[in-house]
Amino acid sequence: MTGSLPPQSLGGAFSPAAVMLNTALSLRDVSCTFVNRDNPSQRYTAVDDVTLDVAPGEFVSVVGPTGCGKSTLLNVGAGLLEPSAGQVHVFGKPLVGINSRAGYMFQTEALMPWRTARANVMAGLEFRGVTDASERAEAWLKRVGLGGFGDRYPHQLSGGMRKRTALAQTLVLDPDIILMDEPFSALDIQTRQLMENELLDIWAGAGEESSDALSAPRSQAVGGRPHTGGEHVRKAVLFITHDLDEAIALSDRVVVLSAGPASHPIGEFVIDLPRPRDVAEVRVTPRFIDLHKAIWDVLREEVLKGYAQQKLAA
Amino acid sequence: MRVWQVLVLVAVFVFWYAMTAPGVIPPIMFENDRQAAFFFGEPLKIFQRIWDWFFTNHDIYGHLWVTLLETVLAFAAGTIGGLFIGMWLALSPVAAAIFDPYIKALNSMPRVILAPIFAVWFGLGIASKVALGFTLVFFIVFFNVYQGVKEVSPTVLANARMLGATHNQLLRHVYLPSAMSWVFSSLHTSVGLAFVGAVVGEYLGSSRGVGYLILQAEGSFDINTVMAGILVLTAFALVLDGAVGKVEKHLMKWQPRAGETEKM
Repeated sequence: MTGSLPPQSLGGAFSPAAVMLNTALSLRDVSCTFVNRDNPSQRYTAVDDVTLDVAPGEFVSVVGPTGCGKSTLLNVGAGLLEPSAGQVHVFGKPLVGINSRAGYMFQTEALMPWRTARANVMAGLEFRGVTDASERAEAWLKRVGLGGFGDRYPHQLSGGMRKRTALAQTLVLDPDIILMDEPFSALDIQTRQLMENELLDIWAGAGEESSDALSAPRSQAVGGRPHTGGEHVRKAVLFITHDLDEAIALSDRVVVLSAGPASHPIGEFVIDLPRPRDVAEVRVTPRFIDLHKAIWDVLREEVLKGYAQQKLAA
Repeated sequence: MRVWQVLVLVAVFVFWYAMTAPGVIPPIMFENDRQAAFFFGEPLKIFQRIWDWFFTNHDIYGHLWVTLLETVLAFAAGTIGGLFIGMWLALSPVAAAIFDPYIKALNSMPRVILAPIFAVWFGLGIASKVALGFTLVFFIVFFNVYQGVKEVSPTVLANARMLGATHNQLLRHVYLPSAMSWVFSSLHTSVGLAFVGAVVGEYLGSSRGVGYLILQAEGSFDINTVMAGILVLTAFALVLDGAVGKVEKHLMKWQPRAGETEKM
């Protein structure tokens, strides 16, 4: 099984510069070392020498054992965290400060509790001084199935509704890159599958609608991977999860990170399952099971390693 | 429930009346049956006094107005001052580190002793009472704002930054609402203290206000008027508190209320 899916060597075939031009988000040799402020001798290297590229329109998942620095990697890509070493490029340009081409969906509650759902979705547009923010927010709320809930405050919404609001909040800005940090991990399995399907639907159709009705088309000419052969621009997604099933069901490519500290990619798998997919149905197809087994073979040892380390530390 | 609450009030007044009115019951504590009335006042006369103030002589309104004005001004000034200084210190760790001991010292100082100084500085008018109320309200608001800014969820903050908020927009849309939620939750305390500042200020030296009325009456051992003044102040404080509750309910509707389970 693994023979048919050899873990590809990372970035070996292209020269870095050429890759960068064709990537939405590119991390080169990124390392992050945290220093304990009270005791500078205590250092912790979360990720070490990570090189990761996400092509425009590509859905990439990063899986790894808990505590392996997946979120750190995402924060680096978002510009929220400056790496200790290495470069980050966004559409070929070095990243300085916050990554303005990216939207970020957080693992924990990130909605502003003092704003209604609509006001939350509007927030980013408001910050940019967009005039028809309210209409656009309403359109996106409808799109995520919350048409009648715009006036509710986050605490009046269920967990799934809050996640959908957060999704609308991120997507209303029409980012070229979506960074997602285990966005559905707090949801129950049914809601989660619903949300995963919704995400895939929106991702598949995002370009079409956003270019005519919701916002001006992006000037950036992005080729994208020829999933559907269409001209519309899909968003690049970097999806962090510890759930291998979720990763395979959603992605074009799954990257496996080693256990921390100093975690780094140890395997990369192209997911060639046909789209459109239904995340519940795709799980029982033979190809999915093959892929799952192949990736799990690589991941299992790291999970055990990570578990042993945590036990040791405790 | 309401009925019981009213019954308690009525019972207190009946007990008061029975113990103080001359001739109702034989004197227990005092040699003369007029002495109880002298020390504790008589409810009927107190109500008569209040009735005169409001409906016969109409002379309480001016005093009440002054007290209310002092309360509102002290509250507004203290809140604005606490808000700005609190935001500034919370967002500037260096300034916070420098001023920390001074803030603590000023806060632990018994501020009522400042009232005579303020009377000297600002005169016997409204300003000295507002100044006293300000010193009381300021620290309540200051500490709440400071806490509110410190307690902003890092995720909400990071999210706002990712949504493209500039530094000023973060201040306005993230730090300020978070701080205000803490300020509103302390609204009852700070309005109450503004009121205390106004009345104590009047009591220590003034020419108008309910505190002044009480002081005058005390000077002539008119215990009924003193009690009447206290009752009016209490009722007034309750009304203020009720108004604050209304405002709070309106402004804090985004917060989950107690008893309402938070959905996951």
